[in-house]
Amino acid sequence: MENRGITFGYGFLSQESSFDVQFSLIEYDGSHSYFRAYLVGLLNTILVSVIGIIFATIIGVVVGIARLSSNYLIERTAAIYVEFFRNIPLLLQIFFWYFAALRALPLPEKAEPMFGVFFLTIKGFFIPAFIWNNLDIFIYSVIAAIIAIFFVRAYAKKKQENQGTQTPVLLISIGLLIILPLLSFLLGGVDASIEIPVIEQLSKTSFTFKGGLKLPPELISLALALSLYTATFIAECVRAGVQGVSKGQKEAAASIGLTPNQVLKLVVMPQALRIIIPPTTNQYLNLTKNSSLAAAIAYPDLVLVFAGTALMQTGRAIEIVSITMLTYLTLSITISIFMNWYNKKIAIKEK
Amino acid sequence: MNKLNFLSPDKNNLYAYLYSGISLLSLSILIVFLNSFFSLDLTNFLPGTISYFLPLIIGFIGLHLIRIEYSGIKFLDIINKNINTNNFNALLSLLIIFAVIKSLPPLLSWFIIDANFAGDSKDACSGSGACWAYIKTWFNRFMYGMYPNAEQWRINLSFIALAFLGGVGFFATEKFKKYLTLYYVVVYPVIAFLFIFFFISGGPIFFDFSYGIIAAVISIVIGFFIPSKFKMYYFLIIPITIYILLKYVFFYEELIELGKIQAFEWVETGAWGGLSLTFIVSFFCLIFCFPVGLFLSLGRRSDLPIIKYISIGFIEFWRGVPLITVLFMSSVMFPMFLPEDMFIDKLVRVIIAISLFEAAYVAEVIRGGLQALPRGQYDAAKSLGMGYWKMHIFVILPQALKLVIPGIANTFLALVKDTPLIFVVGLLEIVGMLNLAKTNPEWLGFAMEGYVFASIVFFIICYAMSKYSYNLEQKYKTER
Repeated sequence: MENRGITFGYGFLSQESSFDVQFSLIEYDGSHSYFRAYLVGLLNTILVSVIGIIFATIIGVVVGIARLSSNYLIERTAAIYVEFFRNIPLLLQIFFWYFAALRALPLPEKAEPMFGVFFLTIKGFFIPAFIWNNLDIFIYSVIAAIIAIFFVRAYAKKKQENQGTQTPVLLISIGLLIILPLLSFLLGGVDASIEIPVIEQLSKTSFTFKGGLKLPPELISLALALSLYTATFIAECVRAGVQGVSKGQKEAAASIGLTPNQVLKLVVMPQALRIIIPPTTNQYLNLTKNSSLAAAIAYPDLVLVFAGTALMQTGRAIEIVSITMLTYLTLSITISIFMNWYNKKIAIKEK
Repeated sequence: MNKLNFLSPDKNNLYAYLYSGISLLSLSILIVFLNSFFSLDLTNFLPGTISYFLPLIIGFIGLHLIRIEYSGIKFLDIINKNINTNNFNALLSLLIIFAVIKSLPPLLSWFIIDANFAGDSKDACSGSGACWAYIKTWFNRFMYGMYPNAEQWRINLSFIALAFLGGVGFFATEKFKKYLTLYYVVVYPVIAFLFIFFFISGGPIFFDFSYGIIAAVISIVIGFFIPSKFKMYYFLIIPITIYILLKYVFFYEELIELGKIQAFEWVETGAWGGLSLTFIVSFFCLIFCFPVGLFLSLGRRSDLPIIKYISIGFIEFWRGVPLITVLFMSSVMFPMFLPEDMFIDKLVRVIIAISLFEAAYVAEVIRGGLQALPRGQYDAAKSLGMGYWKMHIFVILPQALKLVIPGIANTFLALVKDTPLIFVVGLLEIVGMLNLAKTNPEWLGFAMEGYVFASIVFFIICYAMSKYSYNLEQKYKTER
C-alpha cells in the first residue's frame, strides 16, 4: 500500500462532501460532511428495509395461509405466485419495476388522481402530507399509550393466572391508542392540517407536484421488488410452520372445549410461531442485505451514497468499504439479536 | 313436491337448484367473458356500480344454489369440495376466475396477437404488442455478450462437450459407479477449466499448470496398478515428484516454445457475457463453494478452539454483509493488497468472492445436517475404531448431506440468482446485456420485452434446478 502512495485514516469523514443526494430523510446538501452523507445513506437503507419488511410480512403471511387453503383455485394461485417470483433474480425484478413497469406511468400533467389526493406519476408517487404543530406532544401521547398497553397486558395476564377471568385486552388497547392521541389534540394543543399535492408548471413542458410528500420511483420499485421477492420465502416459512403443528394438537384443543378462534390463538399459533420465526428472521436479514441492490437503480442508499459517490470522490477504498461492511454487519447482528431474544421468549420452557 | 327454500339448498329438488344455480353461474361468466374478449357490455342499461358488481352477485348466488353436500353427482361434489366450501371461498373463487378471464385478452394480445416477430429494426415494431424482433436481433448478444460473432462456436462446443461429459454419470455401469464421485469432484472440474481456458478464452496450449495436469494424469494412470495398501502414500508422493521432475529436470526448449503457441484468438474476459457468462460463473462458484463450505462446517464443530472460532468468525462475517459490498471489495480494495506487478483477472476475483460468500451459507446448511444426526452415529463409528476423517467420510457426511439436499439446492439457486450482481465490477451477463441493449439509441423503449425474456430464461433454469433437487431428495430419502 505504501508504495502506491495510499494513506490510511478516517479524518476525511469530517471534510465537506460537496455532492448532492436526490432523496434524503434528514437535511443534507453539498456543504455537509461525509459523515452526514453516510447517515443519509444509512437512513435511506433502513427506510427501504423497514418498508420492505412490513409489506413482505403481510404478503407472505397471506400467501402462506392461502397455500394451505382447501380451495383449489386459491391454493394454485398462491403456488404460482410463489414459484414465479422466487425463481427470478431480485435484480431483474428491480429493473423490471423501475425501467419497464413504472416507466409506463403517466406524466405529472396527465396523471389521474386516485381518491382525489394521490397522484401516481412517472416522477414518483405524490401523497398528501400532514403539517404538524407540537408534533412532539403527539408522539409522547402515542408512546404513553403503548406503555399503558404493556401494563394492561401484564395486569390481565396476572389476573387470568390468579382468578381465571379474562380481560378484553384488545378492546382496551385499541381504546387507549385512540383516546390518548385524541386527548393530545384536545388538550395538548396538537394541530394537524393536510397538505394536498398541487400540480405546478416548471417550464413549458415540464410539470411537477408541489406540496405533499413525494415517494421517488426508485424507492417504490425497490420496496415493491424486495417485498414481493421476500414474501415468497416468508410464505413458505409460514406454510411449513402451520403444517408443522400436528393434527392431534388441534383435535386435543377442540376436545377440551376451546372455540376454533381460541384453538388458533392459544394452541396452533404459539407452536407454529416457534417454527416460523427462525427462518423468517433469516429472510428479514436477507431483505436488509438485498436492499443494497438499490445501487443498481440509483436509489441513494448506503452503498450508492457512501461506497459509490463518496468513494469515487475521496478514493479511500479501504476505509469506506470497511465502514460499509461493518455497518451491514451491525444491522444484521442487531436484527438477529432482537429476533433471537423474541425466539427465546416464545420457546418451549423445558424443565 | 317439497317447497323450494333458496336460502338453504338441499338434496330434495336437487335438479331445480342445480339448473338455476348453473345457469346463473354461466350467465355471470358469460357476461365477464363477452366484456373482456369482445368489449360487449351486456349490463350497460344498469347504473355503473351495479353493472360493475352484477356478475359477482349473480355468480355468488349461483354457487350458493349448487352448494349441496353429498348430491351423488360426482362432478358437482368435486366442485363443491374444491372451490365452493363456504360463502367466503365461493367469493374468492369467483374473483380468481373473473381476474383470469379479464387478464387473458391483454396478455394474449401483448405476447402473441399484436406482437411483431419479423424484422430487424425498430421500424418493424409498429403494433401495440411486444416487439420480439428486438430479442431476435439481440439474441446473440444476450447469449454471448461481446464475444466475437465468428468465435461463438467455441462457447457452444465447450458447453455441449461439458454437458455431455457431465451426463456420463447417468450411463455409467455398476463397475464404474464407485469412481463417479472422484470423477465429478476432481476430474470434471479440471476438464471444465481446460475447456474454458483453451476454447472460450483461447489461452496458449501449454501453460504452467500443464505440468501439474500431466503429473496428475500420469500418476492416476499408474495408480490403477498400485496395490490399494500403498495407494494413499503413493498419491501423496508421486504427483509432486513428477511435477518437480517435469518442471525442473526435463526442461526442454521445445516444451517452452510449445507453451507459447495459441491455437485460437485470445478473447479477454471483459468481452465474455450474456447467458454463457451466467453459466460459467455459477458453474465455478458451485464447484468451489461446496468443498469450502464443507470444511467450514466441520471447522465450526471442531473441538480445537482456534479452528472453531476462526470458522465461526469467517462464516458470520460473510453472512452478515451483502454480496454487492463483497464484490465492491474484490474490485476496489483487494487489488491494493497485491504486489505491484501482480494482476488477477476480474472474472477470477469475482468467482473467488462469490464462492467464499456462498460457502458461508453452504456451511450453515451442512451444519444443520450434522447437528441433526443422532449422537449414536458418532459413537458407533468411533467404537469401530474409525478416526476423525474416516468417521466423517464414511459414516457422518453421507447421512448428513442426504438430509440437507433441499437446503443446499436452495443455496445453489440463490447463487445462480446472485450472478447478475457481477455488473458491479463491469462484467455483463444477461441482465447487464439487457441494460446495455436498452440504452442503444436505435432500440429505445423495449425494456419490457427484454426483462420478460430474461425472466422466462431464469425461471426455466431455476425451476428446473428446484425440480431436480426435489427428485434427488426423493431418490435419496431413507426412512430413519
